Amino acid sequence: MGLRGAAAIVGMAEWRPERRPPGHRGTTLEQWASLARAALADAGIDPRQVNGICTGGIRESASFVPSTVAEYLGMPVNFAEFVDLGGATAAGMVWRAAAAVELGIADVVLCVVPASPAPVPSDAPAVPAGYGASSDRFGSPQAEFDIPYGNVAQNCGYALIAQRYGHTYGYDPLALAKIAVDQRTNACANPDAIFYGQPITAEDVLNSPMIADPIHMLEIVMPVSGGAAVVVAGAEAARRARHRPVWISGFGEHVAFKTPTYADDLMQTPIGPASDQAFAMAGMARREVDMVSIYDCYTITVLMTLEDAGFCPKGEGARFIRSHDLTYRGDFPCNTHGGQLSFGQAGLAGGMSHVLDGARQIMGRAGAGQVPGCRTAFVSGNGGIMSEQVALILQGD
Amino acid sequence: MPDRPLPAPTPTSQPFWDGLRRRQLLLQYSPSTRRWVYYPRGLAPGTLADDLEWREAAGTGTVYTFTVARRPTAPAWEGASPQLIAVVELDEGPKVTTELVDIDPDAIRIGLRVQAVFEDVPGRDVTLLKFAPLR
Repeated sequence: MGLRGAAAIVGMAEWRPERRPPGHRGTTLEQWASLARAALADAGIDPRQVNGICTGGIRESASFVPSTVAEYLGMPVNFAEFVDLGGATAAGMVWRAAAAVELGIADVVLCVVPASPAPVPSDAPAVPAGYGASSDRFGSPQAEFDIPYGNVAQNCGYALIAQRYGHTYGYDPLALAKIAVDQRTNACANPDAIFYGQPITAEDVLNSPMIADPIHMLEIVMPVSGGAAVVVAGAEAARRARHRPVWISGFGEHVAFKTPTYADDLMQTPIGPASDQAFAMAGMARREVDMVSIYDCYTITVLMTLEDAGFCPKGEGARFIRSHDLTYRGDFPCNTHGGQLSFGQAGLAGGMSHVLDGARQIMGRAGAGQVPGCRTAFVSGNGGIMSEQVALILQGD
Repeated sequence: MPDRPLPAPTPTSQPFWDGLRRRQLLLQYSPSTRRWVYYPRGLAPGTLADDLEWREAAGTGTVYTFTVARRPTAPAWEGASPQLIAVVELDEGPKVTTELVDIDPDAIRIGLRVQAVFEDVPGRDVTLLKFAPLR
Protein backbone atom coordinates (compact mmCIF):
# COMPACT_ATOMS: atom_id res chain seq x y z
CA MET A 1 0.00 0.00 0.00
CA GLY A 2 1.11 3.51 -0.67
CA LEU A 3 4.20 5.25 -1.97
CA ARG A 4 7.29 3.44 -3.24
CA GLY A 5 9.54 6.35 -2.30
CA ALA A 6 10.08 7.26 -5.95
CA ALA A 7 9.29 10.98 -5.60
CA ALA A 8 11.52 13.46 -3.85
CA ILE A 9 11.80 17.00 -2.60
CA VAL A 10 14.49 18.40 -4.86
CA GLY A 11 14.40 22.12 -4.17
CA MET A 12 13.08 24.61 -1.66
CA ALA A 13 12.65 28.27 -0.93
CA GLU A 14 11.83 30.09 2.27
CA TRP A 15 11.52 33.77 3.06
CA ARG A 16 13.14 34.70 6.32
CA PRO A 17 10.45 35.25 8.96
CA GLU A 18 9.86 38.92 9.68
CA ARG A 19 7.91 40.52 12.47
CA ARG A 20 7.09 43.61 10.45
CA PRO A 21 5.53 43.00 7.06
CA PRO A 22 8.15 43.79 4.40
CA GLY A 23 5.44 45.31 2.21
CA HIS A 24 7.12 44.68 -1.10
CA ARG A 25 6.19 41.14 -2.02
CA GLY A 26 3.00 41.90 -3.88
CA THR A 27 -0.27 40.02 -4.11
CA THR A 28 -0.51 36.42 -2.95
CA LEU A 29 -0.31 35.35 -6.61
CA GLU A 30 2.86 37.38 -7.09
CA GLN A 31 4.31 35.84 -3.95
CA TRP A 32 3.34 32.38 -5.25
CA ALA A 33 5.28 33.01 -8.46
CA SER A 34 8.33 34.43 -6.65
CA LEU A 35 8.55 31.49 -4.27
CA ALA A 36 8.04 29.02 -7.14
CA ARG A 37 10.83 30.66 -9.14
CA ALA A 38 13.19 30.53 -6.16
CA ALA A 39 12.44 26.88 -5.35
CA LEU A 40 12.89 25.82 -8.99
CA ALA A 41 16.18 27.73 -9.17
CA ASP A 42 17.28 25.97 -5.99
CA ALA A 43 16.47 22.61 -7.60
CA GLY A 44 18.05 23.57 -10.91
CA ILE A 45 14.85 22.65 -12.76
CA ASP A 46 13.56 24.61 -15.76
CA PRO A 47 10.14 26.14 -14.92
CA ARG A 48 8.84 24.82 -18.24
CA GLN A 49 9.02 21.30 -16.81
CA VAL A 50 6.39 22.01 -14.15
CA ASN A 51 3.15 20.13 -14.73
CA GLY A 52 1.62 20.00 -11.29
CA ILE A 53 0.73 22.44 -8.51
CA CYS A 54 -0.53 22.24 -4.94
CA THR A 55 -1.94 25.43 -3.49
CA GLY A 56 -3.76 26.59 -0.41
CA GLY A 57 -6.01 29.61 -0.24
CA ILE A 58 -4.98 32.86 -1.90
CA ARG A 59 -6.13 36.33 -1.00
CA GLU A 60 -7.23 37.17 -4.53
CA SER A 61 -9.77 34.39 -5.11
CA ALA A 62 -12.13 32.50 -2.82
CA SER A 63 -12.69 29.69 -5.33
CA PHE A 64 -11.17 28.30 -8.52
CA VAL A 65 -7.80 28.77 -6.86
CA PRO A 66 -5.74 26.13 -8.74
CA SER A 67 -6.79 27.38 -12.17
CA THR A 68 -6.20 30.98 -11.09
CA VAL A 69 -2.66 30.05 -10.00
CA ALA A 70 -1.94 27.95 -13.11
CA GLU A 71 -3.09 30.74 -15.40
CA TYR A 72 -1.08 33.34 -13.51
CA LEU A 73 2.06 31.21 -13.69
CA GLY A 74 1.42 30.53 -17.37
CA MET A 75 1.72 26.83 -16.62
CA PRO A 76 -0.99 24.46 -17.84
CA VAL A 77 -0.84 21.48 -15.48
CA ASN A 78 -2.07 17.89 -15.29
CA PHE A 79 -2.42 17.99 -11.53
CA ALA A 80 -3.89 20.97 -9.67
CA GLU A 81 -4.71 20.42 -6.04
CA PHE A 82 -6.31 22.76 -3.51
CA VAL A 83 -5.32 21.74 0.00
CA ASP A 84 -7.29 23.08 2.96
CA LEU A 85 -5.84 21.52 6.11
CA GLY A 86 -4.78 24.56 8.12
CA GLY A 87 -1.33 23.98 9.57
CA ALA A 88 -1.27 20.50 8.00
CA THR A 89 -1.69 21.98 4.52
CA ALA A 90 2.03 21.97 3.66
CA ALA A 91 2.63 18.36 4.70
CA GLY A 92 -0.63 17.43 2.96
CA MET A 93 0.65 19.03 -0.24
CA VAL A 94 3.89 17.07 -0.14
CA TRP A 95 2.30 13.61 -0.09
CA ARG A 96 -0.28 14.60 -2.70
CA ALA A 97 2.54 15.80 -4.95
CA ALA A 98 4.47 12.57 -4.38
CA ALA A 99 1.38 10.51 -5.15
CA ALA A 100 0.80 12.44 -8.39
CA VAL A 101 4.42 11.83 -9.42
CA GLU A 102 4.25 8.12 -8.60
CA LEU A 103 0.97 7.79 -10.49
CA GLY A 104 2.76 9.21 -13.50
CA ILE A 105 0.40 12.16 -13.92
CA ALA A 106 3.02 14.81 -13.11
CA ASP A 107 6.81 15.03 -13.25
CA VAL A 108 7.48 18.27 -11.39
CA VAL A 109 5.03 19.58 -8.80
CA LEU A 110 5.21 22.96 -7.07
CA CYS A 111 3.97 23.13 -3.46
CA VAL A 112 3.89 26.80 -2.53
CA VAL A 113 2.65 28.64 0.55
CA PRO A 114 2.87 32.45 0.36
CA ALA A 115 2.40 34.09 3.76
CA SER A 116 3.29 37.75 3.54
CA PRO A 117 0.72 40.54 3.65
CA ALA A 118 -0.81 41.33 0.29
CA PRO A 119 -1.43 44.97 -0.63
CA VAL A 120 -4.95 46.37 -0.17
CA PRO A 121 -6.30 49.46 -1.91
CA SER A 122 -6.09 52.56 0.25
CA ASP A 123 -9.88 53.03 0.14
CA ALA A 124 -10.68 49.44 1.14
CA PRO A 125 -13.15 49.13 4.02
CA ALA A 126 -11.65 47.92 7.30
CA VAL A 127 -11.94 44.16 7.64
CA PRO A 128 -13.94 43.26 10.77
CA ALA A 129 -12.07 41.11 13.27
CA GLY A 130 -12.70 37.46 12.48
CA TYR A 131 -12.89 34.42 14.69
CA GLY A 132 -9.57 32.78 13.99
CA ALA A 133 -10.02 29.42 12.35
CA SER A 134 -13.70 29.38 13.34
CA SER A 135 -16.40 29.90 10.74
CA ASP A 136 -18.99 32.51 11.67
CA ARG A 137 -21.15 31.90 8.61
CA PHE A 138 -24.84 31.05 8.94
CA GLY A 139 -25.43 27.35 9.48
CA SER A 140 -21.84 26.66 10.60
CA PRO A 141 -21.95 24.54 13.77
CA GLN A 142 -19.19 26.71 15.22
CA ALA A 143 -21.15 29.89 14.60
CA GLU A 144 -24.18 28.43 16.34
CA PHE A 145 -22.78 26.29 19.16
CA ASP A 146 -19.19 27.36 19.92
CA ILE A 147 -18.47 30.99 19.08
CA PRO A 148 -21.34 32.37 21.24
CA TYR A 149 -19.59 30.92 24.30
CA GLY A 150 -16.25 32.55 23.46
CA ASN A 151 -14.63 29.31 22.25
CA VAL A 152 -12.89 31.18 19.48
CA ALA A 153 -9.48 30.97 17.79
CA GLN A 154 -6.68 28.69 18.95
CA ASN A 155 -5.48 29.54 22.45
CA CYS A 156 -8.52 28.34 24.37
CA GLY A 157 -8.90 25.22 22.24
CA TYR A 158 -5.35 24.07 22.93
CA ALA A 159 -5.77 25.01 26.58
CA LEU A 160 -8.86 22.78 26.79
CA ILE A 161 -6.78 19.89 25.44
CA ALA A 162 -3.81 20.60 27.72
CA GLN A 163 -6.04 20.78 30.78
CA ARG A 164 -7.65 17.43 29.99
CA TYR A 165 -4.21 15.93 29.33
CA GLY A 166 -3.06 17.08 32.76
CA HIS A 167 -6.14 15.59 34.40
CA THR A 168 -5.63 12.26 32.64
CA TYR A 169 -1.86 11.79 32.69
CA GLY A 170 -0.51 14.49 34.99
CA TYR A 171 0.85 17.88 33.97
CA ASP A 172 4.56 18.65 34.14
CA PRO A 173 4.98 22.37 33.37
CA LEU A 174 8.79 22.11 33.46
CA ALA A 175 8.84 19.40 30.80
CA LEU A 176 6.60 21.48 28.55
CA ALA A 177 8.80 24.53 29.17
CA LYS A 178 11.86 22.46 28.18
CA ILE A 179 10.37 21.98 24.72
CA ALA A 180 10.38 25.76 24.23
CA VAL A 181 13.86 26.09 25.76
CA ASP A 182 15.47 23.37 23.61
CA GLN A 183 13.89 24.78 20.48
CA ARG A 184 15.20 28.24 21.37
CA THR A 185 18.66 26.69 21.57
CA ASN A 186 18.08 25.41 18.03
CA ALA A 187 16.93 28.86 16.91
CA CYS A 188 20.18 30.29 18.26
CA ALA A 189 22.00 28.14 15.68
CA ASN A 190 19.75 29.40 12.87
CA PRO A 191 20.38 33.02 11.79
CA ASP A 192 17.01 33.05 9.97
CA ALA A 193 15.02 32.35 13.14
CA ILE A 194 13.02 35.24 14.56
CA PHE A 195 14.49 34.61 18.03
CA TYR A 196 18.09 34.04 16.84
CA GLY A 197 20.52 35.19 19.52
CA GLN A 198 17.91 35.21 22.31
CA PRO A 199 18.27 32.10 24.51
CA ILE A 200 15.64 31.47 27.20
CA THR A 201 15.36 29.39 30.37
CA ALA A 202 12.53 27.28 31.74
CA GLU A 203 11.98 30.01 34.34
CA ASP A 204 11.46 32.53 31.53
CA VAL A 205 8.76 30.28 30.05
CA LEU A 206 6.98 29.63 33.35
CA ASN A 207 7.19 33.30 34.36
CA SER A 208 5.73 34.53 31.08
CA PRO A 209 2.06 35.59 31.33
CA MET A 210 -0.60 32.89 31.60
CA ILE A 211 -2.77 33.30 28.51
CA ALA A 212 -5.28 30.48 28.93
CA ASP A 213 -4.61 28.03 31.76
CA PRO A 214 -2.27 26.10 31.60
CA ILE A 215 -0.61 27.74 28.57
CA HIS A 216 2.00 30.49 29.01
CA MET A 217 2.85 33.11 26.41
CA LEU A 218 6.25 31.57 25.60
CA GLU A 219 4.52 28.26 24.81
CA ILE A 220 2.64 29.88 21.92
CA VAL A 221 3.95 30.55 18.41
CA MET A 222 5.13 33.96 17.31
CA PRO A 223 3.18 35.10 14.23
CA VAL A 224 5.42 36.49 11.50
CA SER A 225 5.25 37.08 7.78
CA GLY A 226 7.13 34.92 5.29
CA GLY A 227 6.47 32.17 2.78
CA ALA A 228 7.88 28.81 1.73
CA ALA A 229 7.88 26.37 -1.16
CA VAL A 230 9.19 22.99 -2.22
CA VAL A 231 9.56 21.27 -5.57
CA VAL A 232 8.58 17.58 -5.69
CA ALA A 233 9.82 15.58 -8.66
CA GLY A 234 10.28 12.03 -9.92
CA ALA A 235 13.49 10.03 -9.94
CA GLU A 236 14.74 11.27 -13.29
CA ALA A 237 14.50 14.95 -12.37
CA ALA A 238 15.76 14.20 -8.87
CA ARG A 239 18.95 12.67 -10.24
CA ARG A 240 19.62 15.80 -12.28
CA ALA A 241 18.78 18.21 -9.46
CA ARG A 242 21.46 20.14 -7.60
CA HIS A 243 20.87 18.67 -4.16
CA ARG A 244 20.65 15.27 -2.53
CA PRO A 245 17.07 14.13 -3.18
CA VAL A 246 14.79 13.85 -0.16
CA TRP A 247 12.57 10.86 -0.94
CA ILE A 248 9.04 10.84 0.39
CA SER A 249 8.76 7.24 1.55
CA GLY A 250 5.72 7.28 3.79
CA PHE A 251 2.75 9.40 4.74
CA GLY A 252 -0.46 9.32 6.69
CA GLU A 253 -3.32 11.77 7.07
CA HIS A 254 -6.19 11.70 9.51
CA VAL A 255 -9.00 14.24 9.81
CA ALA A 256 -11.05 13.68 12.95
CA PHE A 257 -13.16 16.71 13.85
CA LYS A 258 -13.21 20.52 13.72
CA THR A 259 -13.82 21.60 17.33
CA PRO A 260 -12.27 19.59 20.20
CA THR A 261 -15.61 19.50 22.03
CA TYR A 262 -16.83 16.95 19.50
CA ALA A 263 -13.77 14.67 19.46
CA ASP A 264 -14.59 11.04 20.25
CA ASP A 265 -11.47 10.86 22.42
CA LEU A 266 -9.62 14.13 22.85
CA MET A 267 -6.55 12.33 24.19
CA GLN A 268 -5.97 10.30 21.01
CA THR A 269 -4.79 12.81 18.44
CA PRO A 270 -5.10 12.17 14.69
CA ILE A 271 -1.32 11.94 14.30
CA GLY A 272 -1.61 8.43 15.83
CA PRO A 273 -3.24 6.66 12.88
CA ALA A 274 -1.43 8.99 10.46
CA SER A 275 1.98 8.01 11.87
CA ASP A 276 1.19 4.31 12.00
CA GLN A 277 0.34 4.44 8.30
CA ALA A 278 3.43 6.50 7.46
CA PHE A 279 5.88 4.20 9.23
CA ALA A 280 4.22 1.05 7.85
CA MET A 281 4.36 2.50 4.34
CA ALA A 282 8.05 3.37 4.70
CA GLY A 283 8.77 -0.01 6.31
CA MET A 284 10.55 1.75 9.13
CA ALA A 285 10.70 1.69 12.91
CA ARG A 286 10.51 4.81 15.08
CA ARG A 287 14.06 4.30 16.34
CA GLU A 288 15.42 4.54 12.80
CA VAL A 289 14.49 8.23 12.63
CA ASP A 290 17.47 10.63 12.86
CA MET A 291 15.47 13.80 13.53
CA VAL A 292 11.87 14.87 13.93
CA SER A 293 10.23 18.13 12.96
CA ILE A 294 6.98 18.27 14.88
CA TYR A 295 4.35 20.93 14.33
CA ASP A 296 4.62 23.12 17.40
CA CYS A 297 1.94 25.77 17.51
CA TYR A 298 1.97 25.12 21.28
CA THR A 299 4.25 23.04 23.49
CA ILE A 300 1.37 20.64 24.28
CA THR A 301 1.16 19.77 20.57
CA VAL A 302 4.77 18.56 20.61
CA LEU A 303 4.28 16.47 23.76
CA MET A 304 1.12 14.77 22.53
CA THR A 305 2.61 14.20 19.06
CA LEU A 306 5.68 12.51 20.55
CA GLU A 307 3.32 10.11 22.35
CA ASP A 308 0.70 9.52 19.69
CA ALA A 309 3.23 9.23 16.86
CA GLY A 310 4.79 6.42 18.88
CA PHE A 311 8.13 7.85 19.98
CA CYS A 312 7.21 7.12 23.61
CA PRO A 313 4.30 5.44 25.38
CA LYS A 314 1.08 7.36 26.08
CA GLY A 315 1.40 9.44 29.21
CA GLU A 316 5.22 9.24 29.14
CA GLY A 317 5.80 12.37 27.05
CA ALA A 318 7.02 14.55 29.92
CA ARG A 319 9.46 11.90 31.09
CA PHE A 320 10.69 11.43 27.51
CA ILE A 321 11.28 15.17 27.12
CA ARG A 322 13.11 15.40 30.44
CA SER A 323 15.34 12.45 29.59
CA HIS A 324 16.30 13.55 26.07
CA ASP A 325 18.17 16.51 24.64
CA LEU A 326 15.87 17.83 21.89
CA THR A 327 18.47 20.19 20.41
CA TYR A 328 20.31 19.67 17.12
CA ARG A 329 23.31 18.37 19.06
CA GLY A 330 21.19 16.14 21.30
CA ASP A 331 20.14 12.49 21.28
CA PHE A 332 16.65 13.28 19.89
CA PRO A 333 16.89 16.30 17.57
CA CYS A 334 13.50 17.97 17.30
CA ASN A 335 12.60 21.11 15.35
CA THR A 336 16.19 21.95 14.54
CA HIS A 337 15.20 25.19 12.77
CA GLY A 338 13.87 26.44 16.10
CA GLY A 339 10.33 25.21 15.60
CA GLN A 340 7.58 27.67 14.93
CA LEU A 341 7.86 28.66 18.60
CA SER A 342 11.29 30.20 17.97
CA PHE A 343 11.65 30.31 14.17
CA GLY A 344 8.29 32.05 13.82
CA GLN A 345 4.96 31.04 12.30
CA ALA A 346 4.35 32.61 8.93
CA GLY A 347 0.71 31.59 8.53
CA LEU A 348 0.34 28.29 6.71
CA ALA A 349 4.00 28.51 5.68
CA GLY A 350 4.74 27.64 9.32
CA GLY A 351 3.71 24.10 8.48
CA MET A 352 6.05 24.14 5.48
CA SER A 353 8.91 25.23 7.76
CA HIS A 354 8.83 21.72 9.28
CA VAL A 355 9.00 20.09 5.84
CA LEU A 356 11.98 22.30 5.04
CA ASP A 357 13.56 21.54 8.41
CA GLY A 358 13.54 17.82 7.64
CA ALA A 359 14.57 18.27 4.00
CA ARG A 360 17.42 20.62 4.89
CA GLN A 361 18.82 18.13 7.39
CA ILE A 362 18.74 15.30 4.85
CA MET A 363 20.27 17.50 2.15
CA GLY A 364 22.99 18.50 4.63
CA ARG A 365 22.11 22.19 4.38
CA ALA A 366 21.24 22.97 8.01
CA GLY A 367 24.42 24.94 8.71
CA ALA A 368 25.39 25.24 12.36
CA GLY A 369 22.29 23.24 13.31
CA GLN A 370 23.18 20.26 11.11
CA VAL A 371 22.55 16.83 12.65
CA PRO A 372 25.59 14.77 11.59
CA GLY A 373 24.75 11.99 9.13
CA CYS A 374 21.02 12.75 9.12
CA ARG A 375 19.37 10.34 6.72
CA THR A 376 15.78 10.03 7.92
CA ALA A 377 13.27 12.59 9.17
CA PHE A 378 9.76 12.40 10.58
CA VAL A 379 7.67 15.51 9.85
CA SER A 380 4.23 16.30 11.24
CA GLY A 381 1.60 18.77 10.15
CA ASN A 382 -1.24 19.87 12.37
CA GLY A 383 -4.34 21.83 11.47
CA GLY A 384 -7.15 23.33 13.48
CA ILE A 385 -7.10 22.28 17.14
CA MET A 386 -5.19 19.01 16.70
CA SER A 387 -8.12 18.03 14.54
CA GLU A 388 -6.44 17.25 11.20
CA GLN A 389 -2.89 15.93 11.10
CA VAL A 390 -0.39 14.63 8.57
CA ALA A 391 2.75 12.52 9.04
CA LEU A 392 5.60 12.33 6.52
CA ILE A 393 8.68 10.11 6.41
CA LEU A 394 11.54 11.68 4.46
CA GLN A 395 14.70 9.78 3.53
CA GLY A 396 18.01 10.42 1.86
CA ASP A 397 19.75 7.94 -0.44
CA MET B 1 -19.26 46.20 25.56
CA PRO B 2 -18.99 45.22 21.88
CA ASP B 3 -21.78 43.11 20.44
CA ARG B 4 -21.20 39.45 21.11
CA PRO B 5 -21.83 36.99 18.29
CA LEU B 6 -25.12 35.18 18.91
CA PRO B 7 -26.46 31.92 17.52
CA ALA B 8 -28.62 32.09 14.40
CA PRO B 9 -30.93 29.04 14.49
CA THR B 10 -31.50 26.99 11.35
CA PRO B 11 -34.79 25.18 10.66
CA THR B 12 -33.17 21.99 12.00
CA SER B 13 -31.84 23.49 15.22
CA GLN B 14 -34.83 25.75 16.01
CA PRO B 15 -36.42 23.29 18.51
CA PHE B 16 -33.19 23.28 20.56
CA TRP B 17 -33.17 27.07 20.89
CA ASP B 18 -36.92 27.21 21.49
CA GLY B 19 -36.37 24.68 24.29
CA LEU B 20 -33.73 26.80 26.00
CA ARG B 21 -36.14 29.75 25.84
CA ARG B 22 -38.64 27.60 27.84
CA ARG B 23 -35.92 26.38 30.29
CA GLN B 24 -35.84 22.96 28.70
CA LEU B 25 -32.74 21.20 27.38
CA LEU B 26 -33.90 19.34 24.27
CA LEU B 27 -31.49 16.99 22.54
CA GLN B 28 -31.84 14.75 19.55
CA TYR B 29 -31.86 10.99 20.06
CA SER B 30 -31.30 8.28 17.46
CA PRO B 31 -33.18 5.07 18.36
CA SER B 32 -31.25 2.97 15.83
CA THR B 33 -27.86 3.91 17.26
CA ARG B 34 -29.20 4.39 20.80
CA ARG B 35 -27.17 7.58 21.03
CA TRP B 36 -28.00 11.14 22.00
CA VAL B 37 -26.77 13.72 19.52
CA TYR B 38 -25.35 17.19 19.98
CA TYR B 39 -25.27 19.59 18.14
CA PRO B 40 -28.53 19.18 16.21
CA ARG B 41 -28.27 17.56 12.81
CA GLY B 42 -30.46 16.48 9.92
CA LEU B 43 -29.31 12.85 10.09
CA ALA B 44 -27.59 10.77 12.79
CA PRO B 45 -23.80 11.21 12.78
CA GLY B 46 -21.88 8.06 11.88
CA THR B 47 -24.71 6.06 10.34
CA LEU B 48 -26.68 8.87 8.67
CA ALA B 49 -29.84 7.20 10.00
CA ASP B 50 -32.97 9.27 9.38
CA ASP B 51 -34.46 8.70 12.81
CA LEU B 52 -33.51 11.66 14.99
CA GLU B 53 -36.19 12.65 17.49
CA TRP B 54 -36.27 15.37 20.13
CA ARG B 55 -36.21 14.34 23.78
CA GLU B 56 -35.71 16.29 26.96
CA ALA B 57 -32.37 15.81 28.69
CA ALA B 58 -31.76 15.99 32.44
CA GLY B 59 -29.68 19.18 32.21
CA THR B 60 -26.94 17.77 34.41
CA GLY B 61 -23.40 16.85 33.53
CA THR B 62 -19.72 16.87 34.42
CA VAL B 63 -16.91 19.27 33.54
CA TYR B 64 -14.87 17.35 30.92
CA THR B 65 -12.27 20.10 30.48
CA PHE B 66 -12.03 23.86 30.88
CA THR B 67 -9.74 26.84 30.62
CA VAL B 68 -9.58 30.16 32.36
CA ALA B 69 -8.89 32.51 29.45
CA ARG B 70 -6.98 35.42 30.98
CA ARG B 71 -7.09 37.47 27.76
CA PRO B 72 -10.13 38.02 25.54
CA THR B 73 -10.48 35.19 23.03
CA ALA B 74 -11.81 37.75 20.52
CA PRO B 75 -12.44 41.52 20.61
CA ALA B 76 -16.12 40.94 21.43
CA TRP B 77 -15.04 39.70 24.88
CA GLU B 78 -12.95 42.77 25.77
CA GLY B 79 -13.60 43.56 29.42
CA ALA B 80 -15.08 40.11 30.11
CA SER B 81 -11.87 38.44 31.36
CA PRO B 82 -11.47 35.90 32.68
CA GLN B 83 -13.70 33.78 30.45
CA LEU B 84 -14.52 30.42 32.02
CA ILE B 85 -14.76 28.33 28.87
CA ALA B 86 -15.61 24.68 29.38
CA VAL B 87 -16.63 21.45 27.74
CA VAL B 88 -19.38 19.74 29.73
CA GLU B 89 -20.17 16.06 29.23
CA LEU B 90 -23.91 15.71 29.63
CA ASP B 91 -25.21 12.72 31.57
CA GLU B 92 -26.79 11.52 28.33
CA GLY B 93 -23.32 11.34 26.70
CA PRO B 94 -22.83 14.27 24.31
CA LYS B 95 -20.31 17.01 25.05
CA VAL B 96 -21.19 20.68 24.72
CA THR B 97 -19.17 23.88 24.52
CA THR B 98 -20.25 26.29 27.24
CA GLU B 99 -19.25 28.86 29.83
CA LEU B 100 -19.33 28.22 33.56
CA VAL B 101 -21.16 30.74 35.75
CA ASP B 102 -21.61 31.28 39.50
CA ILE B 103 -18.21 29.77 40.30
CA ASP B 104 -14.79 31.02 41.44
CA PRO B 105 -12.24 30.30 38.67
CA ASP B 106 -9.95 28.63 41.22
CA ALA B 107 -12.73 26.23 42.22
CA ILE B 108 -13.19 24.76 38.73
CA ARG B 109 -12.09 21.15 38.46
CA ILE B 110 -12.45 18.51 35.81
CA GLY B 111 -15.10 16.11 37.10
CA LEU B 112 -17.12 18.84 38.81
CA ARG B 113 -20.85 18.13 38.70
CA VAL B 114 -22.80 20.91 37.00
CA GLN B 115 -26.36 21.79 35.97
CA ALA B 116 -27.76 23.79 33.08
CA VAL B 117 -28.35 27.51 33.51
CA PHE B 118 -30.61 29.14 30.94
CA GLU B 119 -29.16 32.59 30.33
CA ASP B 120 -31.39 35.02 28.44
CA VAL B 121 -29.43 37.50 26.33
CA PRO B 122 -30.69 40.98 27.33
CA GLY B 123 -32.77 42.61 24.64
CA ARG B 124 -32.53 39.62 22.30
CA ASP B 125 -34.85 36.71 21.70
CA VAL B 126 -32.21 34.12 22.48
CA THR B 127 -31.18 32.01 25.50
CA LEU B 128 -27.70 30.54 25.90
CA LEU B 129 -26.88 27.22 27.59
CA LYS B 130 -24.43 27.79 30.43
CA PHE B 131 -23.59 25.65 33.44
CA ALA B 132 -23.17 26.24 37.18
CA PRO B 133 -22.15 23.91 40.03
CA LEU B 134 -24.90 21.40 40.84
CA ARG B 135 -26.80 22.48 43.91
